[in-house]
Amino acid sequence: MSEITKQSLTELVENIKNKKLSSSEVTKAFIERSEKSKVLNTFITEDFTSALDKAKKFDQKPNLDLKLPGIPMAVKDLFCTKNVKTTAGSKILNNFVPTYESTVTENIWSEGAILLGKLNCDEFAMGSSNETSFFGNVQNPIDKNLVPGGSSGGSASAVAGQLTPITIGTDTGGSIRQPASFTGTVGLKPTYGSCSRYGIVAFASSLDQAGPMAQNVKDCALLQEVISSFDAKDSTSIDFKRSHYSKDLTNNIKGKKIGIPKEYRVDGMPKEIEDLWQKGIEYVRDCGAEIINISLPHTSYALPTYYIVAPAEASSNLARYDGVKYGYRANGENLIDMYEKTRSEGFGSEVQRRIMIGTYVLSSGYYDAYYLKAQKVRRLIKNDFDEAYKKVDAILTPSTPSSAFKIGEKTNDPVSMYLNDIFTVPVNLAGLPGISIPAGHDAKGYPLGLQIIGKAFDEQNILNIAFAMEEKINFKNKITDWWIK
Amino acid sequence: MSIDLKTIKHISKLSRISVDEQRAKKLVGDLNSIFDFIEKLNELKTENVKPLTSIAETTLKLRSDEIQSKNIREQIIKNSPQDNEDYFVVPKVIE
Repeated sequence: MSEITKQSLTELVENIKNKKLSSSEVTKAFIERSEKSKVLNTFITEDFTSALDKAKKFDQKPNLDLKLPGIPMAVKDLFCTKNVKTTAGSKILNNFVPTYESTVTENIWSEGAILLGKLNCDEFAMGSSNETSFFGNVQNPIDKNLVPGGSSGGSASAVAGQLTPITIGTDTGGSIRQPASFTGTVGLKPTYGSCSRYGIVAFASSLDQAGPMAQNVKDCALLQEVISSFDAKDSTSIDFKRSHYSKDLTNNIKGKKIGIPKEYRVDGMPKEIEDLWQKGIEYVRDCGAEIINISLPHTSYALPTYYIVAPAEASSNLARYDGVKYGYRANGENLIDMYEKTRSEGFGSEVQRRIMIGTYVLSSGYYDAYYLKAQKVRRLIKNDFDEAYKKVDAILTPSTPSSAFKIGEKTNDPVSMYLNDIFTVPVNLAGLPGISIPAGHDAKGYPLGLQIIGKAFDEQNILNIAFAMEEKINFKNKITDWWIK
Repeated sequence: MSIDLKTIKHISKLSRISVDEQRAKKLVGDLNSIFDFIEKLNELKTENVKPLTSIAETTLKLRSDEIQSKNIREQIIKNSPQDNEDYFVVPKVIE
């Protein structure tokens, strides 16, 4: 048997079910490795003692029929966990201990998994490098001083660094897929309405979606099966027939029509990304799929649309942080002064910037020119996908326009940071599922990802395509454990 | 169009986020570069396009009007920065 922390979720589940491993052994192994990995700064809150207790309890009376029997896992610190501090990477929630559990994490615990702790992320999930977190940068296990991507940077790092077998992140504009791509891991952003938003700290409610992150496609499928559910507590949760994503997983994609959108060939895209894309096209063709060139004409308008819609919704969602009901409070001379100081001291600069953009585009006299305009363009972007899906079953693109960059490289130029999400943002605007899988390395040996975008509610199909490609690609992450002395 | 210092101060007031002079000046630059980038949308004619307000274009489901969580007053107040018995405490509003 290979080292515990190197095993995939599927292997761990099998070994626990066959009683070759106990939950305590597995939990201890991940905790020990996490203790040696503090320099990565992946955890905001560790819950190790309680995890070991829960594992012990599980082993005393193991229920091996569950999907995640005694499997320890850490989750992004954007999911409310009952009695465990939930910060969203922000000073303003630094002392917030939820009295309730998010639906997605509730689903995970009821299948037998055990919480290891809460993972670092960009503040309120606003960022593409995990550098906006109040709790500091996260290191990418791939190389020193490299960002892990964001906003689910701690989650991606923890999976790549083998501090957790699987995890969940959230994706508003690419926050699962971009860090998955930067760390050589698999990340799925499900269809809007597939996973409940109840108990997830809100960023942009018409775009936010929780999703699984894992070492491989099969693990990702299994976790998606667990977290996706209809939930009356989320008014946009959708009641549709959910597949048994892991059981129904197949590498047979013969005859599937895969679209290649010409607009994703953007100016200044490095040749290695283009080459990777071509290689991906060859792989799906080898699997018997048919390649069809398509056009998504409004692609270049997706980012500007996103940077109106997302901040607008954020400015409204984040109005709740007023220093009265929960979270940080600054002293003020009067009520208004208290609000203004609380929000000025409690929010970091990127969050403040986005609240201000959102407030401006919603303000009197500007609403039609910006917010309404963006909602109209959002319709055009969605129409592009609807048209394309008359001809194809899925779409193949690069996940990001570059590999991971150095910490500090893009922090002074918000627009260049935003450009990271150029290939992922359209998927959120159209509410579609998208998965990023590791597909190769650049010249520096950093991982690069490919994205498969599906029709709404067609997670099974993109998981199958990803599964078939994964076999062909045979990707090996180059992790040297440089941070362990 | 361009955003000036006066506009930043106005937005700061609407957002209830106090910003000092130095930060306000930095925000002028940041927001202008972001809005330059956003202006690209003006290339598109959208007079006859229906705005997309939600991806899940369904009507909200109704449920019976029954209490789901009872006696959670303590939980609600638990995380407040300052409270007094069953009340949130804020700076004096009326003199």
